[in-house]
Amino acid sequence: MVATVKHETLQRAAEVKGRSLWVDARRRLLRNRAAVTSMAILSFIALLAVFAPWLSPHPYDEVYWEFIQAPPNFEAAHWFGTDGNGRDLFVRTLYGARVSLMVGILATGVSLLIGVTYGAAAGYFGGRVDNLMMRFVDVMYSMPFMFFVILLMVVFGRNIYMIFIALGAVQWLTMARIVRGQTLSIKHREFIEAAHASGVSNVRIIFRHIIPNVLGPVIVYMTLTVPEVILIESFISFLGLGVQEPLTSWGVLISEGAKQMETAPWMLLFPAVFLATTLFCFNFIGDGLRDALDPKDR
Amino acid sequence: MLAYAWRRLIIALPTLFVIITIAFFMIRIAPGGPFDQERTLPPEIEKNILAAYDLDKPLWQQYLRYVGGVVRGDFGPSYKYRDFTVVELIASGFPASLQLGGVAIVLAIGFGVAAGTFAALHQNSRVDVAIMAASMTGIAIPNFVMAPLLTLVLGVYLSWLPVAGWGDGAIANKVLPIIALALPQVAYIARLTRGSMIETLNQNYVRTARAKGLRERIVIVRHALRGAMLPVVSYLGPATAAIITGSVVIETIFDFPGIGRHFVQGALNRDYTVVMGVMIFYAALIIAFNLLVDLAYGLLDPKVKYER
Repeated sequence: MVATVKHETLQRAAEVKGRSLWVDARRRLLRNRAAVTSMAILSFIALLAVFAPWLSPHPYDEVYWEFIQAPPNFEAAHWFGTDGNGRDLFVRTLYGARVSLMVGILATGVSLLIGVTYGAAAGYFGGRVDNLMMRFVDVMYSMPFMFFVILLMVVFGRNIYMIFIALGAVQWLTMARIVRGQTLSIKHREFIEAAHASGVSNVRIIFRHIIPNVLGPVIVYMTLTVPEVILIESFISFLGLGVQEPLTSWGVLISEGAKQMETAPWMLLFPAVFLATTLFCFNFIGDGLRDALDPKDR
Repeated sequence: MLAYAWRRLIIALPTLFVIITIAFFMIRIAPGGPFDQERTLPPEIEKNILAAYDLDKPLWQQYLRYVGGVVRGDFGPSYKYRDFTVVELIASGFPASLQLGGVAIVLAIGFGVAAGTFAALHQNSRVDVAIMAASMTGIAIPNFVMAPLLTLVLGVYLSWLPVAGWGDGAIANKVLPIIALALPQVAYIARLTRGSMIETLNQNYVRTARAKGLRERIVIVRHALRGAMLPVVSYLGPATAAIITGSVVIETIFDFPGIGRHFVQGALNRDYTVVMGVMIFYAALIIAFNLLVDLAYGLLDPKVKYER
């Protein structure tokens, strides 16, 4: 009798121990139907993007003179129709997905790198350094950053790598603020002090002890940055200031489609649906992660 | 309150200065000048042109000259529209942009707050779910997708409204651009209002207002709404920025003769002075509006005064 009770208590203790923050978060995330569906759809779009060249018999820049601005046609394998230059829209939409997802991930990576380092440094050093660094962030905040990105694009030419850097360079501000706040709240904890006492360098403390402990909010904000970056890239490409021909992106396709929407609505429809779906999915995943990682949340 | 306003104003000026400086030097390290796209000019003529625009002076002189000009309200000449100064271009586009953006933001606040309040009062009802679903869609679909779709349905298929153009300022020509610009903000403000309204309705002072027997409408409008408006008010700063950026796209799509179109044209033509001028103008506008919003926030929330 006593043994079984003890056994049960032990079992329960083991169970409780096993539920770390991350395991708990994953379980809560997987219970969120909208987030799980979004992840599935997004994986599907990502797979389509990765395998784009093998999914259709048509190359993305081949001009088919007999199919200029043709509606969807299954016999010729133009599933989404063709554009005004007779290029296959299905492949072009998927290549647009490649550009958009790549921009989203890489620019977010850049912003992550700058924002986390900057924020952690500001929060960790504190005092005047912190004050100065955060005032600079404040100043940058009131920049109309979309214009700033456009200016960067104008100045440095419409280079796709420039888009990554430009977008990353303006997106790190909020990240820096979040990380700084988190750092302030943990920097007086014992484990940091212990590291200090055992002679670990400041840089090492920031990268080994501070940053791993602020990852939760950073991940949430990251999933919300990706769609924002994708949106801005599309916006800039839509204006004709982004990706250049023959390469394409959803923004370019939507802009071309919008011009032809009376005669060729499919040219607007397919890229628009892809873009909107992707943005939707990222937002749902971000919301789901926020709920999952924040135990205080309702 | 006044001291706070002063302090904010004093911070705003260096901010603008930094923006002007960054813009200036970024433009100057650009490969390729504004006159590169034209056929190659004989060296003497090119020299004359550069001299006419002061582009042959040392960089720091150009910089001082530019900053001095901006302080006096002179953004220099446009490099592409030879007969216009940047200020003239901004002045010619501003009324249209202001109408577009101003009406859009008023609509966004009006409809957003109304829809959000309604949803909050009927929490978890079908109407609530419908409003929130619609607003989620409004947020996720970017305005440069929404605008062509609206045009396609209302302009082309139903032909209720003109598809594009200015139409000498006819109201019908402004309806679609304004809707397209306001819609995402309506959606966002509705979500924001609903959230804060639900929270406010559970507050003690609302219960007190009900307990002393006020009519429900007065409780909502005079007591709850005032508290619930706070997050909305602080969102107005970012909202203005969003409306201004949005208007760039909307003006381009609808061929609307505002500043945003000048900006895009300037960017495509490498008309540096125009791009810089518009950017600085918009930055000043956003900063000024943020300041106003913060002051309004102080007026609405008595707690803020003591903190500052």
